[in-house]
Amino acid sequence: MSQPSALSTNGLSRRKFMAGTVSAAAAAPLLASRAEAATPVAAEPKLRQPVVTSLRINEQPYELSLDTRTSLLDALRDHAGLTGTKKGCDHGQCGACTVLVDGKRVLSCLSFAVMNEGKDITTVEGLASSDGKLHPMQQAFIDHDAFQCGYCTPGQILSAIGCVNEGHAESENDIREYMSGNICRCAAYPNIVAAILQARDETKGA
Amino acid sequence: MRPFVYEQPADISAAVAIASRFTTNDDQPTRANAQFIAGGTNLADYMKLGVAEPNRLLDLNRLKESGLRQIRVTDDGIRFGALVRMGEAADHAEVKRRYPVIADSLRLAASGQIRNMASLAGNILQRTRCEYFRETSWQCNKRVPGSGCAAMEGFNRQHAVLGGSDACIATYHGDFAQALIALDAVVHAEGSRGARSIPFAKLHRQPGDTPHIETDLAADEIITAIAVPAVPWARRSLYLKIRDRESYAFALASAAVALDLDGETVREARIALGGVATVPWRAGAAEQSLQGKKLDETSAEAAADAAFAQAQPRQHNAFKIELGKRTLVRALLETRDMKA
Ligand SMILES: Cc1cc2nc3c(=O)[nH]c(=O)nc-3n(C[C@H](O)[C@H](O)[C@H](O)COP(=O)(O)OP(=O)(O)OC[C@H]3O[C@@H](n4cnc5c(N)ncnc54)[C@H](O)[C@@H]3O)c2cc1C
Ligand code: SF4
Ligand code: FES
Ligand code: FES
Repeated sequence: MSQPSALSTNGLSRRKFMAGTVSAAAAAPLLASRAEAATPVAAEPKLRQPVVTSLRINEQPYELSLDTRTSLLDALRDHAGLTGTKKGCDHGQCGACTVLVDGKRVLSCLSFAVMNEGKDITTVEGLASSDGKLHPMQQAFIDHDAFQCGYCTPGQILSAIGCVNEGHAESENDIREYMSGNICRCAAYPNIVAAILQARDETKGA
Repeated sequence: MRPFVYEQPADISAAVAIASRFTTNDDQPTRANAQFIAGGTNLADYMKLGVAEPNRLLDLNRLKESGLRQIRVTDDGIRFGALVRMGEAADHAEVKRRYPVIADSLRLAASGQIRNMASLAGNILQRTRCEYFRETSWQCNKRVPGSGCAAMEGFNRQHAVLGGSDACIATYHGDFAQALIALDAVVHAEGSRGARSIPFAKLHRQPGDTPHIETDLAADEIITAIAVPAVPWARRSLYLKIRDRESYAFALASAAVALDLDGETVREARIALGGVATVPWRAGAAEQSLQGKKLDETSAEAAADAAFAQAQPRQHNAFKIELGKRTLVRALLETRDMKA
């Protein structure tokens, strides 16, 4: 069984330390339910029984023991300890919780974590390269001052990467339309559009 | 949220078998203990709000039948697998070319993220956004049959002016469904009582005295595909959506229009209206009023009057009648002027 990566790979930041603690605490029920799953007679799934869910988050394997009601967003924040993904409305109306699942931008608040078994998840924590160099979209947001409070920013950045990959960032109008699922309470919209144009051109063909 | 057991059936027959084991013939799909989930963008939202309370979720995303994920274009028309995502269909080159009204209706709906998640079957089955339905402390006949309707005397600005009853005036908010009903689409479904095809116009039920009955589906029936017949002249079609903001909002009024023209004379018109009715709404009277006529501002206005002749406004939504008419007139004239 793979170790929660937060335990093994990290330094001492508080955020990552908490992530490790949470994952370790989840390990006991996790072992129990694994053993059950291995018995030949397929056991009826039971109400309130935690489900072991394997996710690859930012290229690291995670096994989380989760109540089926846990959203992917809460699994990322509260169980994997990756709090970069933000909760705005929790109902699909703001885009703050946007992550990439198998390369596509989605809303993690409207997805149950168990539905993502075996999927590749990318959050804002996974964008910079290992030497610390920011992703071109992150750098472009800084270059263009594309935020004020920053609360919507992780979602904006992940959504923008998805938008460019989909080929929906051909014009400024396109960007406005196809980024409309990300609300910015600080209204940094013009700067966000400028940032996406820059990153689009830098990553074209890459 | 009510706790639920999560299952991933391997194929359609397994999903139907589990669903029929945990539901009865009398269960409404939206009220049953076992419910299907696809993108989850509607159901997960309503589960969080306590509006939907399944104790068993059957995830359709791992069903092995590949047709569920395919868009097939043939001489007979186009067939969308139930699990095709809104974004895929909106971006599909042949959909855009042959049925602009379908591509527009999907492209103008929800957001990029939601369109990546949401399935086409889930889309047509999306439930109303009536604020009193969403918030469980209000009376709502759709959520709790017989409890009353808080929208009647409440803030009913977004509610329906067509197809309502004294029990419920909740708007059907989907966009795609308007294109489908205009083009005479057919829904394919499979359940414990076998496979069947449902004309799109028969899928949704007007509220009448039983607003909690929303569709013709049984609780163990899975939509497997949506078929749209070949309509060669549907290249001259579009979807016009008017809303409170430019994007990422539901329609206040919308129109799906397809025109078969002989010069400027209408051979056949297909018209559906969104944002103004309780179910996907085919405007038959408006279609007939245009047949054989030259399509100009006058005949378009007459068609719009016919479309809203039966409209019943409430305190805050009377504006939808005028808005709906103007939306339809503009959609008709823009469709006429398309290069197709
Ligand atoms: C903020 C926001 C804005 C939106 N804006 C728009 C908009 O402008 N226009 C618009 O049209 N829509 C809009 N939507 C609605 C969105 O398009 C729907 O939520 C989505 O299409 C539902 O698809 P899904 O696959 O996620 O369905 P789910 O949530 O998975 O399911 C919805 C329902 O369908 C049932 N179901 C799903 N698949 C099947 C099947 N194959 N057979 C039988 N039953 C099935 C489920 O049991 C459930 O009852 C918006 C949603 C949000 C959250
Ligand atoms: S309009 Fe329909 S859905 Fe809304 S409160 Fe009334 S009964 Fe409920
Ligand atoms: S938190 Fe998911 S869309 Fe707002
Ligand atoms: S920067 Fe504050 S919400 Fe966007």
